[in-house]
Amino acid sequence: MELLKFITCGSVDDGKSTLIGHILYDAKLLYADQEQALILDSRVGSRGGAIDYSLLLDGLTAEREQGITIDVAYRYFTTDRRSFIVADTPGHEEYTRNMAVGASFADLAVILVDATRGVLAQTKRHARICALMGIEHFAFAVNKMDLTGYSEASFRDISKQIAALSDELRLSEKVIIPVSATEGDNVTKLGGNMPWYTGKALLDFLETAEIRAAAEQGFVMPVQRVCRPDHTFRGFQGQIEAGGVAVGDEITANPSGETAIVKSIHIAELSASEAKPGQPVTIQLDREVDVSRGCVFSRSTELKIAKELAATLLWMDEKSLISGHDYLIKLGTRLLPAVVAGIRDKVDVNTGEELPADFVGKNDIVRCTLVLSEPAVLDEFRLHKTLGAFILIDRVSHATAACGVVEKAVSPADQSKRQYPDSFDIPIDRGFLHIRDGKAAGFGARDESLPVHPLGGEEGNGFRLLCLWEKDAEVEYAI
Amino acid sequence: MPFTHLDKLEAEAIYIFREVAAECERPVMLYSIGKDSSVMLHLALKAFYPEKPPFPFLHIDTGWKFQEMTAFRDKRAAELGVNMLVYRNEKAISEGINPFDHGAAYTDILKTQALKAALEQYGFTAAFGGGRRDEEKSRAKERIFSFRNERHAWDPKNQRPEMWKLYNTKINKGESIRVFPISNWTEKDVWQYIARESIPIVPLYFAAERPVVCRDGNIIMADDDRMRFLPGEKPAVKKVRFRTLGCYPLTGGVESEADTLEAVIAETLSAATSERTSRVIDNEAAGSMERRKREGYF
Repeated sequence: MELLKFITCGSVDDGKSTLIGHILYDAKLLYADQEQALILDSRVGSRGGAIDYSLLLDGLTAEREQGITIDVAYRYFTTDRRSFIVADTPGHEEYTRNMAVGASFADLAVILVDATRGVLAQTKRHARICALMGIEHFAFAVNKMDLTGYSEASFRDISKQIAALSDELRLSEKVIIPVSATEGDNVTKLGGNMPWYTGKALLDFLETAEIRAAAEQGFVMPVQRVCRPDHTFRGFQGQIEAGGVAVGDEITANPSGETAIVKSIHIAELSASEAKPGQPVTIQLDREVDVSRGCVFSRSTELKIAKELAATLLWMDEKSLISGHDYLIKLGTRLLPAVVAGIRDKVDVNTGEELPADFVGKNDIVRCTLVLSEPAVLDEFRLHKTLGAFILIDRVSHATAACGVVEKAVSPADQSKRQYPDSFDIPIDRGFLHIRDGKAAGFGARDESLPVHPLGGEEGNGFRLLCLWEKDAEVEYAI
Repeated sequence: MPFTHLDKLEAEAIYIFREVAAECERPVMLYSIGKDSSVMLHLALKAFYPEKPPFPFLHIDTGWKFQEMTAFRDKRAAELGVNMLVYRNEKAISEGINPFDHGAAYTDILKTQALKAALEQYGFTAAFGGGRRDEEKSRAKERIFSFRNERHAWDPKNQRPEMWKLYNTKINKGESIRVFPISNWTEKDVWQYIARESIPIVPLYFAAERPVVCRDGNIIMADDDRMRFLPGEKPAVKKVRFRTLGCYPLTGGVESEADTLEAVIAETLSAATSERTSRVIDNEAAGSMERRKREGYF
C-alpha cells in the first residue's frame, strides 16, 4: 500500500488538532482504549464535556495544561486506499521551528484558515515555510464554516486571499476546501450544510491526491559509510536519492571526479543487478577510487562542487545569527565548518518583501552567503533536494541553529568576476590593509592570507572579508 | 517490484542506523528481546551487511523476565555472533527488590537506574531503541534522535529541530542521544514486516496453554516459583499469548487461539485495544510516560 506523509499547519486556534482528531475519530481509526482516554480527558478539558478531539494529539502535559500545541505530533492511520503519517504542527509563532520540522518531513500540506479571520500573517508564514522546505502539494482547509453560517460569500472571499498567497509563493498545486472540524462538515464526508461546494471532502482528497515522485536528473547517491568487513570487500553504503543504478554502469565519484564501473550492488543484504531511488544500497566498484563518507556518486547529471553558496535560511536558535560567525554545516552526508559570510536580506513573512537584515533572530527567514571550509559536492535544492538542503549546528551548544536550502552554488568563475582591482590598499583605523591578488595579505604583525568575498548582485562594487584578528568581526568595504 | 510503504520504512531505518554508526562515537543498541527488538536487530544486520553491526547490544536484565525470553536472547546472540552485553543491577536484586512489593520503585531501580548505570559504565554516547510513535501520546512527540542531558533526562519542551534526514549527532561530554529508527512504524507494520522477512520472535507471542491468574483485568502468567499468589488464588491453564513482553509479573496476556503468525496478525489488525494497555505501568495518570522519560526512562 502507498504511504502519504502530510502535515497540518496554520495559525493558532485554527483547529488543526481538532481536524485530525476528527478524521481519526470519524474514520473509526481509534483503538477503543484511546477513545476511552479521550472521553476521560475531555471531562477535564476545555469543551465542557463534549469530546475535545485535540486531546488526541496534544500529548505533552504542558500542552494539555495550556490548551496549545507546542511540538509536532505524528499520528498513523490507514484507510482502504492509503497509509498515512500525519504531522500535526503547532500554530504559535514561538514554536515555528517545530512546525518546520513537520514541513521538512511531508509531501503534502493541509493549511488551515479560520473562516472568521481569513488569511493571517501566521498562515502566510507557514505556507512560506512549506514552500521553502520543498512541499509541492497544498490543501487549504477553510475551517469553522459553521461559525459563518456556512456562507458561500465568505468562503469565496477567503479563497481570493488564498489565491493571492498561492500566486506569490508560486505554489504548484492547491485545492481549497470549506470545512468544519468540530462539526465534521466536508472532513471525512461531504456535509449537507454547504450544497454550493462541489469538490471533494478533505479525507477523499488526501486519499486520492497524486504525489509525483520528484523527478530529479541522473543518478545520485551520497556515501554514508565505507563497509570493509575484511580485505576482500570494500563497499560504499548509502541511499539512492535520484535515478537508478545497475551493475556495469560507469559512475563518477565526487568531488574527486574519478570514474569507475559498478561491480556489485546489494539492496540491504540482498545481491541485485540494479537498484532504484529510495533503496538502501552497498555498491562495490571495479577499481580503487578515493571515496569516503560525504562523497557523492553520480551519473548523467552535473553536480556542483563549490566552496561558496547563496542560501535561504530559517533561523531556529534562541541565539541570534551573527554574520561572520562559524558553524558546522551538515549537507547530505557531509559535515564541515562553514561561515555565514554575508546576510543579504530578511524576508517579511507577511508581504514577502526584502527587509534589511540588521538583526536575525529565531524564526526569521534570511538570504545569505555561506563559505565552506573546503569545496563540497552540492546542488540547488530545486534540482536535487538532498544535495541542496542543510542544517547549521552551533559549535558550542551543538544546537541545530538553522536549516536552509541552496539557491545557487557560486562557482569559482563567478568569484573571479570581481569588480574591484586585484591589488589595492584599504585605510582602516590602524593603518592600511593590503589586498594583493584578491586576498587580504597581512596587517600589522599578522601576515596571513584571507579569502575575500565579493558582495553579490546589485550591491556591485564591494567585498567583505573576515577580519579574524579582530574577534572574528566581519568588515565590509565598498569601493 | 513496487516500493511499498514497508520498503520506505525499512529504508528510513537503515539510513538512520548507518548515520549513527558513521557519526557517533560509541553507539549501542538496547535489546529488550521483544518483537520490536527482533525487528531492530534484523534491520541492523541488513544495514551493515556484509559487515556485522559495528556496535554491541545491551540487555537490561531485571531478573524477572520470562524464562523463554532469556533463552531466546542467548540463542539469537550465539547464532548471529553479535556482542550481547547483559547488565543487571546486582545490588538491588540481592537486596530483594521485586515487582510484587516495590511497584513503581521496582521499575525505576531495576530498569531506569540500571540503564543509566550501564550506559555510564560503558561510556555509550548513542543508544538505539525500538520505541515507536504510535505507542503512546508523549512518544508521538519525540524526535527520532532524542537528545538527553548529562542526567539522561528528556526535555520535551525544548527538542532539537529535526530537519529532513539531516540528523544532528553532536553532543557535549556527558550528554547522549537515544535513537529510534522505527519511530514511524505502527504495530501493524512491525507484524507485517516480521511475516515478510520471517524474523524469529519469542514463542510467547503465540497462543499456547500457560498457567495464569487474572488480576484487575490483566492475565498474569506464573512463569516460575517466585510468583506470589493472593489468598485463595490458584493458577489456571488458559490458552493465552502476549502482545508485549517485559517482566512476567507486570505483563498482561490476552486469551487467544492465535498460534500462528498469520493468526496473530489477523487478530492484531482487528484489535480493539492498543498494545500498551497490557503493560501495567502505562495505565497510570495521563502523562505518566512523559514523566518517566523526563526522569531518564528510555
